[in-house]
Amino acid sequence: MKSFILSTRLALALGAMLFTTHAFPADPDPDPAKSEIWIKVKNSLFEERAIETSGNDIITLDTPVRAEDAATVPIAIKAQIPQNPEKYVQTIYLVIDKNPSPIAAVFHLTPDSGRADIDTRVRIEEYSYVRAIAEMNDGQLYMAMRYVKASGGCSAPAGKDQEAALARLGKMKFRLENEVALNRPNLAQLMISHPNNSGLQMDQLTRHYIPPRFVKKIDVSYSGKLILSADVDFSISENPNFRFYFTPRESGDLKAEVIDSSELKFNSYIRVEPGVTASGS
Amino acid sequence: MRILLCLFLAFATGRALASGFALNEIAPGIYVHRGVQEDSSPQNLGDIANIGFIIGDKCVAVIDTGGSIVIGRKLRQAVVNATRLPICYVINTHVHPDHIFGNAAFKDDHPVFVGHDKLPAAMAARGGNYLNALKRDLGAATQGSEIIIPTLTVKDVLELDLGGRRLTLKAWRTAHTDNDLTVFDEKTQTLWLSDLLFTEHIPVVDGSLKGWLSVLKEFPGIKAHHIIPGHGQPDPPWPQGLQAESDYLNVLLSEVREAIKHRQTLQQAVDTVGLSQRNRWLLFDSFHRRNVTAAYAELEWED
Ligand SMILES: [Zn+2]
Repeated sequence: MKSFILSTRLALALGAMLFTTHAFPADPDPDPAKSEIWIKVKNSLFEERAIETSGNDIITLDTPVRAEDAATVPIAIKAQIPQNPEKYVQTIYLVIDKNPSPIAAVFHLTPDSGRADIDTRVRIEEYSYVRAIAEMNDGQLYMAMRYVKASGGCSAPAGKDQEAALARLGKMKFRLENEVALNRPNLAQLMISHPNNSGLQMDQLTRHYIPPRFVKKIDVSYSGKLILSADVDFSISENPNFRFYFTPRESGDLKAEVIDSSELKFNSYIRVEPGVTASGS
Repeated sequence: MRILLCLFLAFATGRALASGFALNEIAPGIYVHRGVQEDSSPQNLGDIANIGFIIGDKCVAVIDTGGSIVIGRKLRQAVVNATRLPICYVINTHVHPDHIFGNAAFKDDHPVFVGHDKLPAAMAARGGNYLNALKRDLGAATQGSEIIIPTLTVKDVLELDLGGRRLTLKAWRTAHTDNDLTVFDEKTQTLWLSDLLFTEHIPVVDGSLKGWLSVLKEFPGIKAHHIIPGHGQPDPPWPQGLQAESDYLNVLLSEVREAIKHRQTLQQAVDTVGLSQRNRWLLFDSFHRRNVTAAYAELEWED
């Protein structure tokens, strides 16, 4: 038998849960241009620059219509043009309007990426627009967006097994999805075991809140050349997972360096040889 | 004629209260209210889980309180109608909103709130989101519903004495959630499994698929005369009543593993896995895709 003393911080946080009022969209598909948070995010990221939203000739975004599991919502960003040195997607901003930290990720890409496609999984707190904004090397901006409805009441963006998530922190896995072919884009997957929590969780033993702890930066290179650099936060699901492309010109090492919010660094690499399917950690 | 039939059915299935809140005394002193097999809605106000109470010689233990304060109040009224004894414990079998949001209805009884050792952390991590969803999906009628953190937690096993009646609470490893608690009444050999067992209603994976399958293997060894699932018909044949759930979870396990092996993405797995199970379960479309998502995220880390 063991009793639990309600910590002051917890009491305060739960008090806040009870007494704050949240407004929810009465209209299931509100005007995406009128989202207050989006207006703020847009002004801070792009100031007065024009963003092309009609037509999907540069970028598309796939999400489920309903976030079946609010903790793990698959997101697929697809570029409609290859990464030519003359014209390529330089940056992709992933924005989830209603999340506590709306800028979920900023992906930096290069011509060596081959294709500016990114697959990942995010947490979605409530009914929200999800947006992918592509910034071209010439500075042009293109946006694709989808409205995602959060699912029924028992689906929460928190993790499922908090203790297990912490125990495995830092483990990484690389996977090449097909046999490697030189001089064309190859699909790779990077898995990072990390609770990626937003901070509103308690330590099992001390009963105090553990501070936010999440992956904040990922750098992937091939043979020393940058493929993908991502600034991310806790809007990315537990155990962050990314699928992306890279174009190998010869055999080499595909490397990932990951830094979390506690400044802990994790490294992983995989040897890439033409004609071989590989995975490693 | 019709009214007579209704009355007859009401008595046949137990005690029907004026409020329409039906209770069934499935064993002496053990009362179960069956939730409807639906998603929570403004019509059912979260009355979707099996909840109830156990009466001892000294006091009463409430087991789960329903999906909103409205349901909690009805359950409390049912206790008052059944006995003059005080409510000494409110036991939450796990964090899900359809089991805990009636807690606030019992605050004035000053019971000890009891839960799994990991329930406080789960409530802290999910409570805000659950309250938002409650307001959004069920509306203003559920105002007053609260997250109430247990003050007595169970790490392994805990016995509670209701006076001439001993309840054994067991905290399980991660299965349906990471905070599942079962209640066993020695007197009547009643095993209150709550959401570790779903009958009719599709099982919902919100903890660990592999963990749940391993916990299920321990249940047939428990001698019990009465079984109370969290959703669906109480008193299924024992232990055969576990089979349907375990079959479904095994299909999830093998088909999701297969999808990962064949390099299918999460979305591809969600679109293809387990569809053969659709006709066997109620609420398949509400929860199955979510189960596949959870299973995939868990199993992709296997080597
Ligand atoms: Zn449940």
